[in-house]
Amino acid sequence: MDALLLSFKLAACVSAILMIVGMPVAYWLAYSNWRGKFLVESVVALPLVLPPTVLGFYALVAMGPRGPLGKLWIALFGHGLAFTFAGLVFASVLYSFPFAVQPLVVSFESVDRKLLHASAVLGAGSLRTFWRVILPLSLPGAVTAVVLSFAHTLGEFGVVLMVGGNLAGVTRTVSIDIYDHVQSLEYGAANRMALVLMAISFGVLGLVYAVNRRVWTPWSPK
Amino acid sequence: MVAEVKSAMLTAQIRKELLGAGAPSFVLDVSMEVSAGITILFGPSGAGKSTLLDCIAGLARPDTGRIALGGEVLFDSARGIELPPQERRVAYVFQTLALFPHLSVEENVAYGLNALTEQDRRHRVREILSAFRVEKLCKHKPGEISGGEKQRIALARSLVTEPRVLLLDEPLTGLDAELKSAIVDDLRAWNAAKRIPILYVTHSREEVDALGERVIALENGRVMSSGAPMDVLGAPRRKRLAQAAGFENLLAGTVLDLREADGVMRVRLGETASELEVPLGFASAGDRVRLAIRAGDVLLANVQPRGLSARNVLEGQIASLEQRGTMIIARVDCGVSFVAHVTPGAVRALELTAGRKVWLVLKTHSCHLVE
Repeated sequence: MDALLLSFKLAACVSAILMIVGMPVAYWLAYSNWRGKFLVESVVALPLVLPPTVLGFYALVAMGPRGPLGKLWIALFGHGLAFTFAGLVFASVLYSFPFAVQPLVVSFESVDRKLLHASAVLGAGSLRTFWRVILPLSLPGAVTAVVLSFAHTLGEFGVVLMVGGNLAGVTRTVSIDIYDHVQSLEYGAANRMALVLMAISFGVLGLVYAVNRRVWTPWSPK
Repeated sequence: MVAEVKSAMLTAQIRKELLGAGAPSFVLDVSMEVSAGITILFGPSGAGKSTLLDCIAGLARPDTGRIALGGEVLFDSARGIELPPQERRVAYVFQTLALFPHLSVEENVAYGLNALTEQDRRHRVREILSAFRVEKLCKHKPGEISGGEKQRIALARSLVTEPRVLLLDEPLTGLDAELKSAIVDDLRAWNAAKRIPILYVTHSREEVDALGERVIALENGRVMSSGAPMDVLGAPRRKRLAQAAGFENLLAGTVLDLREADGVMRVRLGETASELEVPLGFASAGDRVRLAIRAGDVLLANVQPRGLSARNVLEGQIASLEQRGTMIIARVDCGVSFVAHVTPGAVRALELTAGRKVWLVLKTHSCHLVE
């Protein structure tokens, strides 16, 4: 059960950080007119196509004692970043980045531009327009983003293996735990864990699709 | 925020090139002054009316030019000044109204009053909602109210901010006549009290007649004419503007001769033998010209009329009669086809039926020369 709790803690941290970091990035991607935007879009989408081992490998190098991030971390906290929970969070944020950013971009873009114009001529700056108009109208997208990054982090394996290793209570997440059980031929234990993970993932995806189908919405439909 | 007592004149000299996808590039090149009161911006669709409003509001950037409100410069390309829309205090009611769907009517109207205290804000919102007779709708969302109510609320939301300029982009389209005139009355009352420059885009002659103190006619990105509604729309100089301003009859003709002493010239209609006497225009004998005549200015007679001051009497035959509301549209064939508007009573009294021989009577000054 330790592994499951750890996975939940990791997923919660990662989704929270992704909301904070992903919002401004998604806002910029949705509204910028810069011609080189496609480059940033490609970088954001990279984790979708890269094998987790590639991402994990570079994250590990960056977090190692000789990597830039590792050096910074040692200077700040006196210990390395690799094979710690914080390191795991960092790598997972990178890995789940597109799952948070893309739903946000899509829902920001779908907000009627006339509403943004109306907000501006009524005296609101871009920050106020974002909080009062864009975000409330993008709520289904934001819910999708949180839920997808949570679920995706819950299910990750390769990245965790690369940068976290397999330390009980620190970096042994549920997917690693299942792998362990299978390796030691404990199929019963592996099956229990796998079932729990499957049930959770199904519930989470059901929620996402319900929100996007407008099964319920925070305001009345037009 | 206290209401400013004196209102400043809006001046704009702007040029903006729009590169439409596939379409030939369109240039908006406008110089105008808008003083306090309602100025109608009139013109066919695609004339650049909405782009012009967007530039004034700060939602679009002109390539070059200057926009000022009294002494305050909102935009000046030469000096690198461009106030963002939220600092211009220019209110804008869009054709789509753009009410925030997730906010209640009350919250929509209060949106622009961020700088006030909670108490002042509530007071002002209640005041304007009751002025527009929609106070009962406070707690409703825009999705739950009717089109006319939405239009009132969009107006209220803009006006409550005490703007220095008001831009209205066809805010009353799609409303029935009764509702329209009620909202027009509300707007006129507000205008009488506040006196700020109001630019009002419309296609509707009724709205022009009900509201307009001045008209600016825009066509193809340029100001074609401006002045009192009668001067601009009563005698349009261009074909498309004539159609937009409700001249049902647009006839091609050839100038026969000029009678400068009488201030008139004679024009032969199309390839027919019919002639019309029209006011002297900038043309010479042999020129091809186009005449615009309102259907409401065409008189019908069932016997050949005599002793009239009207100079033009044409013989013809009724091709069709078509009832449209309380008006009947008569098509008359005089070699060329004319449209005349008559009342059902006149149709009965003159016993007009399709195929009947009639005479058309036209005053010289009902015939307008267009380019």
